[in-house]
Amino acid sequence: MAETRIKQEPFGPGPAQEPLGPEHEPPTEWMELNMGPQHPSTHGVLRVRLKLDGEVVRDADADIGYLHTGFEKSFEDKTYTQGITFSDRMDYLAPPINNVGFVMSVEKLMEIDVPPRAQAIRVMMMELARIASHELWLGTAGLDLGVYSGFFYAWRDRELVLDLNELYSGVRMMTSFTRVGGVAWDLPDGWLEQLQRFINVMPARIDDFESMLTQNPIWRQRLEGVGALSRQDAIETGVTGPMLRGSGVDYDVRKAFPYCGYEQYDFNVPLGSNGDCYDRYRVRVQEMRESLKILQQALDTLPSGPWLTNNRKVALPPRSELSKSMESVIHHFRLVSEGFKGPVGDVYAFVESPRGELGFYLVSDGTNKPYRMKVRPPSFCNLQPLKKLVQGVLLADVIAIMGSMDFILGDVDR
Amino acid sequence: MGELKLRPVPMPTGRAAGPTPLNALGDNLLTTTLDKVINWGRSSAIWPALFGLACCAIEMMGTVGPRHDLSRFGSELFRASPRQADLMIVSGRVSIKMAPVLRQIYDQMPEPKWVIAMGACASSAGMFNNYAIVQSVDKIVPVDIYLPGCPPRPEALIDAVVKLQRKIRGEPLVKRPA
Amino acid sequence: MLVERLGNRFKQALRESSDFRGDLSIVVEPEAVVDVARYLRDEEGFDYFLYGTAVDWPARDPRFTVVWEVRSLANKTRVRIKTTAAMPDPHAPSLTAVWPAANWHERETWDLLGITFDGHPDPRRILMPQTWEGHPLRKDYVSFGEPVIFSDQKLEGLEPDAIRG
Repeated sequence: MAETRIKQEPFGPGPAQEPLGPEHEPPTEWMELNMGPQHPSTHGVLRVRLKLDGEVVRDADADIGYLHTGFEKSFEDKTYTQGITFSDRMDYLAPPINNVGFVMSVEKLMEIDVPPRAQAIRVMMMELARIASHELWLGTAGLDLGVYSGFFYAWRDRELVLDLNELYSGVRMMTSFTRVGGVAWDLPDGWLEQLQRFINVMPARIDDFESMLTQNPIWRQRLEGVGALSRQDAIETGVTGPMLRGSGVDYDVRKAFPYCGYEQYDFNVPLGSNGDCYDRYRVRVQEMRESLKILQQALDTLPSGPWLTNNRKVALPPRSELSKSMESVIHHFRLVSEGFKGPVGDVYAFVESPRGELGFYLVSDGTNKPYRMKVRPPSFCNLQPLKKLVQGVLLADVIAIMGSMDFILGDVDR
Repeated sequence: MGELKLRPVPMPTGRAAGPTPLNALGDNLLTTTLDKVINWGRSSAIWPALFGLACCAIEMMGTVGPRHDLSRFGSELFRASPRQADLMIVSGRVSIKMAPVLRQIYDQMPEPKWVIAMGACASSAGMFNNYAIVQSVDKIVPVDIYLPGCPPRPEALIDAVVKLQRKIRGEPLVKRPA
Repeated sequence: MLVERLGNRFKQALRESSDFRGDLSIVVEPEAVVDVARYLRDEEGFDYFLYGTAVDWPARDPRFTVVWEVRSLANKTRVRIKTTAAMPDPHAPSLTAVWPAANWHERETWDLLGITFDGHPDPRRILMPQTWEGHPLRKDYVSFGEPVIFSDQKLEGLEPDAIRG
């Protein structure tokens, strides 16, 4: 079959759609359109007030807070271990990553070492969550642009990850699998085999997706050149994750500040060049492949040993010890009833979630509960430049831009 | 001959109308059969409104996904416009800013309509007993089926929809063993 | 050393600095915050804004510690800038002019903690409804949704709402 080259016409905003300069008087015919909190394409309950001049957007104001849950206030009321279950529900597309970030801030505060097996388990769960989240993103962002079948492909693959989550932690989504000083349970029998089957099957499925979308002329026309964020703008507006990497900034927390043993694994960080929606799409798909590489390496080099630290001041003793040692019983009682106390101070720990840098700023006053736990959500930072990105684009492009930002309202609003 | 006492025939509206507006004609063979047919029709093709709020919405998407396929049970499409939907699955935590929006969407749905409170947060505020979350969505809209879970599995949501279908048809929700 | 350079440049305005668990933080007088921020951005290369928030210490005076953290992508370092704000009517200078990414973070700090940022281009509530009164993340803001009644507790004398909880 002869290879046909598809000539890509440059497709961008015409002269009538250039962003207006400050000398322009806003005409009174601009229509204010409410993309309300209930909308299929806002990926949650986001409200965007758009000012439209015909089909062209002149201004946008993102109104968030429709999912504000008071997580930070709740954290102040719960011990460090109780807070882990809360942390799942923030970025609910990749809950294991929230779990790891949360306990990392506590471990940093209290200078607790995590055994290597626990770190490897954390890495595996995090990379699985990254794949699941990117798959869901592909499915829903595609759904917004009309790729109805992509949604079903995405869920077919995501279900495999959820099966692994369930086999390990008992819950499909909200795993809460970390504890301060390690992970809660060891891997069950058969988990590694199932993970290997997953790793074997996934590359072909990602290829499926790519063959459907990457060279698809409709997909390219919808995404190329749309929502371009220059490198300087990306850094200034504080975006993170694939949005930042799509604009060419080489910053991935796993490489820049490795945690949980990421320095042992060999993987690349995909970078875009134009900063438009298409580049971000390519970055995310490539990240899925890199995650598979990391998973394979973690699986092959999984160390044996304990999965929770021996430090009885913070971690529960194994149940077998309880019948033998009175001290274990006392530790167990104290940890379950009141938790452990941290030193006075404040730390900032951060992980790379599928959306970017997820940070936890923990202020402790020496009690068993965080005094202030501020979450630095990647989606909040990624949503800020919406106003700037949608100036002068068509209304349909707003959907494409919001899709490519991959924000999740649980993270934005907390 | 005494007065002809006409039996008062109230015409209830809204939810009190019950399964069919033909209540006024009383119960006879025609109306009960018609009742059954109308209820069967209504229950077999419940189209939910897209009302995904938080994490439960992801499991709701999973229910529509290829493994647990909700459209087998009649919910072929999720309608974005509430005017074309008859079921609102409140999936996720309802914050105080979202509460008036939820009520407005509920009001925009035409009768007959049903509500499933999916998940612990919609049924009872879940783990969030604080200033920001409405403590159970039944403070705002009447709920037909409460579905616990955090989030409930897709199979649980399918169970809730099947129970709702039985409720609409007027059957008992739980089939007693023979 | 960054702290030395800052100390030389800003002398009295730099109240203290600390390096706890590898995190460098500096406490700066409120009047000098914008100058310190500009210096950090222009001459030390801290170009990437991470987050901005505040911590409420009701027992202390000044009550609030306003915190911003920025990163230098090239040098891979971070610095936490802190200042204080006192009741009533706590104020802090806005860093939106220095790092535009601070915009929403400062709006959120105003919304949840009630700290007014001078010079902020858009001081509105961001997470709570616009008509909300009060600042939820303050320590004196009572947060429970409903009292939870357990089965062994008496039910008389409570409003119906409380019973249903």
